[in-house]
Parts: sequence; C-alpha cells; structure tokens
Amino acid sequence: MKDYLPILIVFIFVLGFAVTNIVLSHVIGRRKDTRAKLMPYECGMDPVGSAHQRFSVKFYLVAMLFILFDIEAIFLLPWAVVFRSLITTLSRSFVFIEMMAFIAVLFVGYVYVWKKGLFEWTRG
Amino acid sequence: MSSVLNSIDIQYVLGSLIKIALFWVFIMITVAYMVYAERRVLAVMQNRLGPNRVGWQGLLQPFADLIKFIFKEDIIPLSVNKVLYIVAPVVVLVPAMMVLIVYPFGPRSAPLPGGEMLSNMLNNLGNSLGYDWALDLRHVNLFVTNFNVGLLYIFALTSLGVYGIVIAGWASNSKYSLLGGLRSSAQMISYELALSLSVVAILIPAGTLDLVKIVEGQGGTWFGFIPKWNVLALFPAGIIAFIVYLISAIAETNRVPFDLPEAETELVAGFHTEYSALKFALFFMAEYVNMTTVSVLAAAVFLGGWQGPLVGSYPWLGFVWFIAKVFFFLFLYIWLRGTLPRFRYDQLMNFGWKILLPAALVNIVLAAVLGVIFL
Repeated sequence: MKDYLPILIVFIFVLGFAVTNIVLSHVIGRRKDTRAKLMPYECGMDPVGSAHQRFSVKFYLVAMLFILFDIEAIFLLPWAVVFRSLITTLSRSFVFIEMMAFIAVLFVGYVYVWKKGLFEWTRG
Repeated sequence: MSSVLNSIDIQYVLGSLIKIALFWVFIMITVAYMVYAERRVLAVMQNRLGPNRVGWQGLLQPFADLIKFIFKEDIIPLSVNKVLYIVAPVVVLVPAMMVLIVYPFGPRSAPLPGGEMLSNMLNNLGNSLGYDWALDLRHVNLFVTNFNVGLLYIFALTSLGVYGIVIAGWASNSKYSLLGGLRSSAQMISYELALSLSVVAILIPAGTLDLVKIVEGQGGTWFGFIPKWNVLALFPAGIIAFIVYLISAIAETNRVPFDLPEAETELVAGFHTEYSALKFALFFMAEYVNMTTVSVLAAAVFLGGWQGPLVGSYPWLGFVWFIAKVFFFLFLYIWLRGTLPRFRYDQLMNFGWKILLPAALVNIVLAAVLGVIFL
C-alpha cells in the first residue's frame, strides 16, 4: 500500500497550490467593479435572456454512448494485460476467442448506433 | 514526536514530498517555457518576431506573464453561480497535476551525485536532534512512485478534468461559456474512447499497466539495431495504435486542429470566457500540463520512455532521453498549430466516432491475432 501514499501527498500539495492561487488572485488583484464589467460577455451587448437554456440533445446522447463504450474499454484493459502471461497457445487461443466474441457483440451495438444516425451531427 | 519521526513511513512521506516538489517545479518550468516556446516558434513559422523584449530573447517573458496574472483584476460576474465558478478551475487543475507522481522520468536507483554526503549530513542532523535516521540517498529512483495501475490512474484523473470544464461552462452563465463547455466535454469524452482503446492494443505486448515496468520492458533491440519500442511491437499493430493515440491525444487536449472549444471566431474563448486573472491562469496551466501528460504517455508507452543508448552505464542519461522524447511531442503540438486549419464540429465528431474508434477496435483484434502467433 505504501506505493499509493504519494497520491494523497500530491493531492494535498496540488490542492494547496490551486487554492493559494485563487486566494492570491482575490487578495492582490485590485477591484473596480462597474455594472458593465460584471455582466456576462456577449460581444459588447447587454445579454439577451439567460444562458441556461435548452441545448441539443446530441450532447446527452454522446455522453451515454461514451459510458457504454468506456465500460467495454475497461473490460478490455485487464484482458490485454494478462494476455502475455498466458503461456500455452491453447489457453491463449481460448482467451482470444472469448474476447473476439465480446468485441463482436460490441461491434453489433456500434453498427446499430451508427445506422440509427447517432453519429450524424448535422441531422436534426 | 521523536517516535513519529523515527518511523520509516514519515521518512518515506517526506522523501516523496521532496520529489513531488522537485518534479512539480520541473513541470511548472516546462509549462511556462512551453507557452513561451509556442509563441516564439509560431512567430518564426509565420515570419514575425514574437515576444523578444523581456530579458535576452524574451526568455523572462513567462515570469512577466505570471506577475501580470497575479496583479490582474479578479472579475466575478454578477450572474455566475459563485461557488461552482470558483471551484471549477481547481477541479480542472488538481487532477491534471496529480498525475505527475507516475511520470517515469528515469530508471530505478540512479546514483545521486553527492548523495553519500547528503545522507550523512541528514542522518547526523537527525541524530543530533535525537532521532534515529538511517537515510540512504546514494541511489534514487527517478520517479515518485510506481504501482500496477499507473496507466489507469492517469486515464482516470485526466478524465476527471472534464467535470471542471462542464462546471465552468455552466456556472459562468454565459452563452459562449456554455456552448464551449458542452463542445469541449463532448469532444473530450468522444476521443477518450479512441485514446484508451489504442493503448489496449499496446498492453498486449507490454503486459502491465505499471508505467515504469512498461518502459523497462522496452529495453534492448531486435536484430541488434531496431529499438524494442512498443510502437514497433507486433508490427503493424503498434504503429497503428500510436497514430490513433497521437490523433486522439491532440483532440483530448483541445489543441489545433481540434481546438473547437476555443474557436475564437465563434465562441470567443470557450468555457473560460468569463474567467480572468489567476483563475484563467489555472485553466491555462491545466491545458499545458495535460499536453505534457499525453506527451509523457506517448513517450513512455510507445517510444520507450527513458530507454536509449548508454542508459545502462549512465542512468541519468535516461532522464535526458525521456525529456527529449517528451519535448519532441510538445514541439509537434506547436508545429501542428502553425500548419493545420481547424476542423468543423460535425467533421470532428464523425472522425472520432466513425474512423478512430473502429480503427482502434480493429487494431486490438489485429494485435491479439499477432499476439497469439508471435508472443
């Protein structure tokens, strides 16, 4: 477990650095607030409406697809790591075929998503 | 108190802290001069001068920039969600910098010049204060730590940065920020798939996720002259993985030609439009640290990390080889920026999902087939 201890140390170290920066900026930078300066930037005009509006559902779909495929990637990682340590050709071929089946299923899903048009950004 | 300082764990913690601080300073200097180099090299490519006034050839420019950042007015617009607005730069920077502990800068137990004197001095100091120290600094590992999930640790932390970008875009309550944040996050998660899948193909010959061991496994040569780098392993699977990795790494760090989140002609500055002073600097730093991280991975996983001629006899040379490889990739970023135009957003998404992702998947199959036959 000792090898993992630096994670905690570096976390505290870097967090301290980031927070110091934020505080420093707040303390040292001089402030002269005007109404126009405190408005959100919109090319010099007064902002029209709130920025928290509806946006394209595509972003949501991409996020969902990402989760699906990233989980597949997580399954592939340990498989790839142990692959070399399997000595015999038989065990290796077995593991290989297993994973090919997995990738084939993944690929069918991928083709389905493609045909459904989820990768078409320009289509409504 | 003395018993606490006696324990080996405290010494380990202190040792790691010192190493982290040193490597952190190194990364900060790299980032600062990367910004400077980018401005100068781009200027040369575009036949102009670039910053050359602060110090000789403008070499003190990064420090001038830093001072300016500190004294800039820290504007917090009225309409922002204040807590999230302030937290966002921290959320982006902290995971970006946390990965430095697994950077494999150089080999294990390199002889430290003056290490014997240093350890004697420290031990004497400890003994005179009544502690029982037995530090041995004659050999040091040129990395902070290594554990068997090093690569996963980097992937996990670099993807955490997306949260900060989404938070920044949403909390700013500005249209440009929101659109920039959404684009940024969608782009980063899309290319992250290709990024991690391309590395999977390399893990088949490498056989471990520990970055130090991955580099150690790339020592030696094939036929006496071809370096045993993973990029050439299981030919051509290694080289395909490398290309896919490189493209998605550039997209992952939002750089030219994939710098749509910061397409200034349409989105001003993307998710950090509303940020100023050091808060902006934190985003800026995080971007450059992330560039360093993907370059480190490219060098360590594909190009043999610190491996190179004469490393066996001079371990510190490994550090030089490693830095040279990393700087090559950092230069590549600038080069691309001076050369390529920007993608359109639908082209970007198409490229990521329809070309890179299947290419990475097929490459895994190819690597596995070659692995069954040749490994």
